[in-house]
Order: sequence, then C-alpha cells, then structure tokens
Amino acid sequence: MWRFIGSRLLQAIPVLLVVITVTFFLVRVAPGGPFSSEKAVTPEVKAALEAQYRLDRPVLEQYIAYLGDLIRGDLGPSFKYPGRSVNELIAAGFPVTAELALYALLVALLIGVGAGVVASLRPNTAQDYIPMSAAMIGICIPSLLLGPLLILVFGIYLDWLPVSGWGDMPGDKILPAITLGAVYAAYIARLSRAGMLEVMTQDYIRTARAKGIPEWRVVVVHGLRGGLTPVVAFLGPAFAGLLSGSFVVETIFQVPGLGRFYVQAAFNRDYTMILGATVFLSSLIVVFNLLSDVLNAWMNPRLRSRAGQNT
Amino acid sequence: MLNVNGLTISFTSREGTTRAVDNVNFSVTAGSTTAIIGESGSGKSVSCYGLLGLIPQPPGRIESGSALFLDTDLLRLNKHALRQIRGRDIAMVFQDPMTCLNPYMRVGAQLMEPLRYHRGASQSEAKRQALDLMAEVGIRDPEITINYYPYQFSGGMRQRVMIAMALINEPSLLIADEPTTALDVTVQAQILKLLSDIQLRRNIGILMISHDLAVVADIADQIIVMQEGKVVECGDRAAIFERPQHPYTRKLLASIPQGQKIPSSISSNPLVSVRNLCSWFKQDNETVKAVNDVSFDIYRGEVLGLVGESGSGKSTLGRSLLNLVPATSGQILFDGHEVISLAASELKSLRRRMQIIFQDPFASLNPRMTVYDTLAEPLLLHKLETRSSAAGRVLEIMDEVGLARSYVRKYPHEFSGGQRQRIAIGRALASRPDFIVADEAVSALDVTIQAQILDLMKTLAQEYGLTMLFISHDLAVIRQLADRVVVLQNGEIVEQAETTALFEYPQQDYTRRLLEAIPGKSLL
Repeated sequence: MWRFIGSRLLQAIPVLLVVITVTFFLVRVAPGGPFSSEKAVTPEVKAALEAQYRLDRPVLEQYIAYLGDLIRGDLGPSFKYPGRSVNELIAAGFPVTAELALYALLVALLIGVGAGVVASLRPNTAQDYIPMSAAMIGICIPSLLLGPLLILVFGIYLDWLPVSGWGDMPGDKILPAITLGAVYAAYIARLSRAGMLEVMTQDYIRTARAKGIPEWRVVVVHGLRGGLTPVVAFLGPAFAGLLSGSFVVETIFQVPGLGRFYVQAAFNRDYTMILGATVFLSSLIVVFNLLSDVLNAWMNPRLRSRAGQNT
Repeated sequence: MLNVNGLTISFTSREGTTRAVDNVNFSVTAGSTTAIIGESGSGKSVSCYGLLGLIPQPPGRIESGSALFLDTDLLRLNKHALRQIRGRDIAMVFQDPMTCLNPYMRVGAQLMEPLRYHRGASQSEAKRQALDLMAEVGIRDPEITINYYPYQFSGGMRQRVMIAMALINEPSLLIADEPTTALDVTVQAQILKLLSDIQLRRNIGILMISHDLAVVADIADQIIVMQEGKVVECGDRAAIFERPQHPYTRKLLASIPQGQKIPSSISSNPLVSVRNLCSWFKQDNETVKAVNDVSFDIYRGEVLGLVGESGSGKSTLGRSLLNLVPATSGQILFDGHEVISLAASELKSLRRRMQIIFQDPFASLNPRMTVYDTLAEPLLLHKLETRSSAAGRVLEIMDEVGLARSYVRKYPHEFSGGQRQRIAIGRALASRPDFIVADEAVSALDVTIQAQILDLMKTLAQEYGLTMLFISHDLAVIRQLADRVVVLQNGEIVEQAETTALFEYPQQDYTRRLLEAIPGKSLL
C-alpha cells in the first residue's frame, strides 16, 4: 500500500511541474502587469517596484528563481498586498475555504446518497422520477444563479437566514454550503442511484432476501457497500473541485476564503498569488484523487489485500 | 411437508402477459428429495422463488394455487410472516457460489446473519454454531477461514459456505437451485454427496432444481419434469428413468452425455507439436506455473480431449497454443511453423488457420456487433471475401451452424445461450481454419442444448476435416468427441491415452477420480 502511495506521489511531480510552467508563462502572456493600473505611477517608482520583485530580469531567469523558491516551500511575496507573502494569504484563506468545502460535501452526500438510494428502490416510478428530476435541475442551475435565488427566498422573503458573511451570525454558513454543494449532490444522487440499481440485481442480494432478513437490512447492510463504490471514487475529485471551485460562492456570500483572493489576484495580475494558489490547489487535487483511490481499494476486500501484499 | 397445488404465476411485460408457471403440482416429504427438471425458461426456478415471495411483484403475479407448508399456506401469508419462514424453516442454496455471496462481507458474518436475525442468538453463540457447521460441511480450518472474504475460497468451498448458511437455522426444507451447475464435475460429486449426507443426518426435505437428469439420478426420490411452465411428467426415480412416458423426458434422457466416438482414421503426421511448453505468470509476487513442461502432439484430423479441473491450466494451455497468452518457454510447432517466436505479420496468416471457441457465449461475442458483422469480420480481415461477396458466405455459414438466415441483422443479446454458441462456432469456422481450440465450449449450456451443440461440432469437424483440441472438465462430454485424451493436473500432464483405453484402464488415481465424478453413472 505504501509503495502504491509513494509511486502515485512521484507521478504527481511532473504533473505539477507542467501546471506550474504553463501557469507561469500564461499569466505573463496576458496583457498588463501587476503595476500597470489606471492609477499612474511614475516610471522611476515602477522600475523600482519591478526591480524589487525581479520583474526586470529575463523571464527564464524569473522562472528558475521561482522554482528554486518553490522547492524551499516559499511561494514568494504578493504583488498586491505589500508586505504579505503568498504563503500567509493562503494560510489565512484556505481554512475558510476548506470549512466551506467540507460542509458543502456533507450537504452533497446527505442529499445525494439519500435521493439516489430512495430513487433506486422503486425505479421508474414517481419515487424515482421526482428526486432524479430534481437532481437534473440541480446539475443545470449554476451556483451563480442558485446563490442569489436562495438569498432571495431564505434571506429576504422568509428572512430565516443571513444573506452573507461567514461566522459572523448564526446560520450564515448554511446558504453558502447548500449553494456550493447542490451540483455535487445532484451528481452523487445520479451515481448512487446507478450504483444501487446495479447492486440490487446481484445474486447476493437475492441470497440476503432468502435469509429472511428485513428489507432495510438488505439495502443498508448488503446493498450500500457495493452500491456506493462509484460515489467513493467520485469523492476525491469532488472535494478537490469544491475547494478550487468555491470562488463564485465565496464572492456571492462575501466569504473570506481562498477563492476570493484567487479571483482578485487574476484581476490584479498578482503573478505570485495566482501561481501560488494554482500550485496549492493542484497539489490538493492530486492528493484528494489519491485519497479516494486508497479509500476505494480499502472498501473492496479483494483490492485491499492486493495493495497490502505490494508493501 | 410441502404440498404445492395448482400453482400459477404470470409475468406482465410490454408485450403482454405470459404464464411462466401453469398449474403446477408437486410435494416434498421429510427426509426425501424432490427434483424439478427442465431447461432454462421452463419455469422451474420461478415456481420455487414464487413460494417464498422472492419474485418481484409486479411484474410477477401469483394467479392461483396453494402451497401448504406444515399446515400453513405460504401463498396466503403476508410479507412479514413469509420473511419469518424464509431462512428459518425453508432455506435456499443458489446456483453460482461466485456471485451469490456478498463479496464485501466476511463469510462468518454472512453465516451468522440468519441465526442472529431469526433466533436473536448472541454473537458468541452464533459464532460457535457457525464454526460447528463449517466443520460439518467440510470447510477446513473454520477458526481461520471464518474471517475470510468469499474471494479467498474456491467455487466448491463457497458452495459449502452457502450450504452452511442455509442450514444454520436448522430448516426443515432446503431448496437447492442448480446447486452444482457452476462447478467442476469432481466438485459437483462432492457437493451432491454432502447434500445427501446432510439429508440423512438431519432428516430434512430437499427440493432440487436442475436442468440435468444425470445430476439428480443418484439422489432424487421424486422427479418432476417441467417444460414451458407446465409439468409434463412426474413420478419416482425408477419410473422416470426406466419408463419415461413423455417425449420431452425421453429427450432429456437422451441428452445425458454417453456413448463414444467411433475412432476416425488419423494420420501419424502431427499438425500441432508441443514440446516442453511452460506458461508461468506472476500473481501477488508468486510465480504460478499454470502450464509446466508439457509435451504432446495433435495429429491431423484428430480430436484431442484435454481434461482437468478448474485451475489445472487447461485454458492457459489452449490459449498459448494460439499465442493468445505468451508462453514462458518451450516450443509449439504448427504445421512446421514455430508459433511462439512469430512476427506479427506471420502470426496473422497463421491465425486464419487456427481458431478458438470460448466457454461463455454471453461474454465472448461483441455485444455491439450483429451476427453479420461477427461472421464477416474474419472473412474480410483475411481477405477471403470482398465486401460485396461476403454476404453469401455469411449466410452459408449460418446454414451450416443451424441459424435461421433471418437472424443475420440481430445482436447477440437477442439470442439464447445455445444460439450464441452457434454464432461463436460460425465465427471460428468462417476463416476455414485447420485447427480449432474449443475451450469448455458446451459447459455453460443446458444438457439438451449441450447435446445439440456437440452433435453440430461433430458434424462440422468431419465436414471441414478439422483438427481439434477439445477442452472440458467433464469426461463424459470428452468421451463423445475425442479420439485421444490428455489429463492435466496442476499444469502437468498426468496421463494421455486413446479414449477407450483411458475409460477402461485408467492408469492414474487422478483419472479415476475424474471418471468417478461423472454424474448419473448408475444410468450408463
């Protein structure tokens, strides 16, 4: 198992290197630079700033210097938040984003697995069509629209929940989590329905029924384990997607997470911040994909022993 | 003990309502075995599942009838009451032990589940009983194996687990649905013996479902023959075997593989020569010697039978002859050409001359190709026909393998198992090969269909002047087709002889064991 994890981590290095290289040169190709804003700066000041951030050197030299810093774990200073390093900014924003993503994932799992399993028990009846249509709608509505809609209904008309903020008022984390989790809930519902439909026709389910155990036990004890395999495989990419895709929701609900820094950095050509956030998030995606593979292997006794014997 | 009267079950689909079971009567008495015989789709399984509420309703519906089990009518019970009986008083053993155990649960937990649920037994009490039963059904080291997952057992051992699971609540009736069909003949013989031993010890009634009269010949007291949902004949064993009345029963009896091929004239010139062939592969850091130092010849026009149990390496051997699995070392000469070291282009021209038919006609045909596509592909690939001339040859092949020409545009899922195997045979013959490997080509089929396909293969082998390697775990089947037999055990040849000699004077213990395992010996 450890050898498997180690080799997967090694494989991640070239992936990350490509991501870094492409991002590094891409942001520099984009028109404008960190210090070319509408507010005019005198050429002397601009030159001094560029010298301070090594922007006056040849691009290749900048690239190599950046990689050198990166190996030491230093993502460099932010261009737009003077005096603060990218490491600090990520350390401040990431816990918020991670918390939001975690709640969103819980929402997605609860709603998604629930709806999927319920739908699978009576396929092609109302009990199937209603949750699955809802899931389809969930996939189709972007959070850009869902967020404001939820604010309108629960925040303004019903006045049940705060319309924005994070940790300032009780319940202000609910709407962002639902908005972010909705699309994933819909995907998980479809995955768990398909998984359960397949498993519930297996011979061993018939064996379980022949034992005379109650139907709920047949579904929960014998069905879920195999039926949720596709969902588990999806969890890693889903969580990584939640982490890196939360900037819209963070902007709508004024959540001080990493996503907002990321968006602002892109507008401001804050090269080091864009790069730092990209490197950080792509590493997370790699790690979560790996974690979900490991979890998947562990859930299947057969794969578990194979992986175990490789150590 | 169980008395079923006038049972009628129908299924409703878009095409209308069909009666899967039509006015069926049978009974089981304590300590005796009733067998229901019929081919796939005859309604034999549905009638048993229907008794226990195990068919989905809808589309299924029990129209009428009664099923008295110890004075209770099973068909009048509500779901809850029926569930109380299921797994406690009436238990079931299913066909395929590979798929019928939950792969995610340890066998111990699966074994204990009915006991814990129906009797509220404590964990330690349940475990003690599970261990006792595992020992009783012949599972080795139950203290250790109780913590195994199903995949850690062989097929035969899994079926023992299934049987233990069915027995754990000491049911008075055991329903066994094709309990040995998915197993090798040697394992089948062991499981049948186990079932009759248990019956003797515990005085339980057994209702056994099978497509194969030979399998039940030694253990059934009463036999019910079903065809298309109806009982066509019933009676005690002697009556059915000695004085069969209905033509269908006679057909079933005739399908039991028996008799022997009349030896054909064989040249002394080998088409295939195998010398010191080894095929090893690595699994979990261990080298598995699937085929180990095997040498034999297959002469022109000969059918060579290759027999062995699951895991004996017979499939690997068959495939390595065609270079479908790489050989580790050794030599294979096909008509003077070295097969192992061939370049891709040479291999292609050789492939035309050597073909294979696989066991499972459900898995070995491409589900997205029509019969036409499947049969035309080898013709076009080897440039035997042009696009315009292929159609005629495809139809000819369909005639030869006994498929109606109107099926030419259909897809595999629209056919029955026997028909699919005909397609697979047609595909193998399309390129007019000299040599065919038939790998358990009839093992997945009902006996009646098996008999038809064997006949077809016999005829075609003669017409095409084929040389054949016929692989099977069942010596009775091999006897009908093979001129000579090679017996394989653990990747090595233990015996090879002319078919007659092998059957009359087996030299090795292993061969004798295989011979003894042939079902329904008492009939021959």
